[in-house]
Amino acid sequence: MDIFGFLQYGFIQKAFIGGSFVALTCAILGVFLVLKNMSLIGDGLSHVSFGAIALGLFMGVAPFYIAIPFVAFASILILKISEKTKIYGDASIGIVSAVGISMGVILASLSGGFNVDLMSFLFGNILAISNSELIFSIVISGLVLISVYFLYFDMFSATFDEDFAKTTGIKTQLINYVLTVLTALTVVLSVKVVGVMLVSALLILPAVSALQIASKFKNAIILSGIISVFSVIFGITFSFFADLPTGAVIVMVNALIFAIFSIYKRI
Amino acid sequence: MNNVLEVKNLSVKYGNTVALEKVSFEIEKGDFIGLVGPNGAGKSTLIKAILGLTEISTGRISLFSKDISKFKEFSKIGYLPQKSTKLNSLFPVSVFEVISLGILSKKKFPKRLKKEDDEKVHKILEDLKISKLSKKCFFELSGGEQQKVLLGRAIVSDPEILIFDEPSTALDPASREEFFTLVKKLNDEQKTTVILITHDTGYVGKYANKLIYIDRKLEYFGKIGDFCKGEDFDSCFEKSDHHIIWHQHN
Repeated sequence: MDIFGFLQYGFIQKAFIGGSFVALTCAILGVFLVLKNMSLIGDGLSHVSFGAIALGLFMGVAPFYIAIPFVAFASILILKISEKTKIYGDASIGIVSAVGISMGVILASLSGGFNVDLMSFLFGNILAISNSELIFSIVISGLVLISVYFLYFDMFSATFDEDFAKTTGIKTQLINYVLTVLTALTVVLSVKVVGVMLVSALLILPAVSALQIASKFKNAIILSGIISVFSVIFGITFSFFADLPTGAVIVMVNALIFAIFSIYKRI
Repeated sequence: MNNVLEVKNLSVKYGNTVALEKVSFEIEKGDFIGLVGPNGAGKSTLIKAILGLTEISTGRISLFSKDISKFKEFSKIGYLPQKSTKLNSLFPVSVFEVISLGILSKKKFPKRLKKEDDEKVHKILEDLKISKLSKKCFFELSGGEQQKVLLGRAIVSDPEILIFDEPSTALDPASREEFFTLVKKLNDEQKTTVILITHDTGYVGKYANKLIYIDRKLEYFGKIGDFCKGEDFDSCFEKSDHHIIWHQHN
């Protein structure tokens, strides 16, 4: 089959569109998360989404409808635990993440009937994205992108120097909540693209690749977005022709770009 | 009275530890305050309380006659923190971008930088003689250059009060002199109020007109000249510091 024939497939077109939106969203939020030393929150929330998806399948409800509010709540819980109990952020991520994945395993064990479906969420299946999931991805990605557009300078300042940002009237705590909840929504969307196991890669890798060579913050965000969308498009195409799992190939393309940029930086 | 800042019976506690106890003073427009005291005396806590960065236990702080909890005119304040280890050195941020963050205090939602804001940043770069660094990454600069950029970020909004927390620790003697000369110029020409935390007693003696000495409690607040003549001078400073402050002040 040639590339033009490949592009005629409806499921490929949907994968390209949905995947690109999710990739762009991940890439932009990823830059903020990496620079705030919150990279692991994506990993933690993806584990929670595993539990939430298992709950949805257990209840016979579309998993995303359960996962979205559940993971958003978990993201707020991570910040609250971190604030109220004065423990380190990564420890609160660990607590919430462990509870989420334990819940998923228990529900999977109790039902015994949806393990196959659950596997598709563990490793992603962008080629099987439905029309409603595609619309959902575009709407949520749009919401994230609009939020980042309007709050760009507040998020930038709060990420660079939180204390100084407060003295300029920026509500840094609110910004942290917005960033975390947007990340939660993005994580749920990303589960379809690369799966629970690899979501954090989609958040972290394009960002750290861009940070290797960008000298301005705005350039880092733009470059991260380009890398991420390219990885998804190339990953889907390559995996299709090589008959390999799409999510894993997308992550490997990202990892390869990171390696190239790291070497380039050192030359 | 033309008070820029009023602190009344301010106490700050961290758990059971008392960081500040019943501190009161008033600062007038154009004052250049040297805020001194031993390590752990609560100097940075006092600054953080004034800036709303730490919760106060009891007492009241008013900035420009407004209670700190209701204060919204953030562009009136310029803050230069202690050389911060909190900043992420992997952050790809240009000098221009860092200084432009200081303008955000003048902006309302949704915050956008306009052409005149860019011109203002360029003006500050020129005033600080660092125009050629504009596009450079902030973390590629020397400690002295970084401090100049952070000073630019603090003054770009034309603040009426400048608050410095040990600004000169990363600077070599020449950069230090240049830094304080510039701050003094702002103080003299624009009547910008300055609060300076420093262990560098020479600069306090040279530039400050008033002194706050705290050691959890307020030990002294008043004119430097009076302090040097009073009994507190002996109990608060070593002999070498006496010499430096007195010599620089006169």
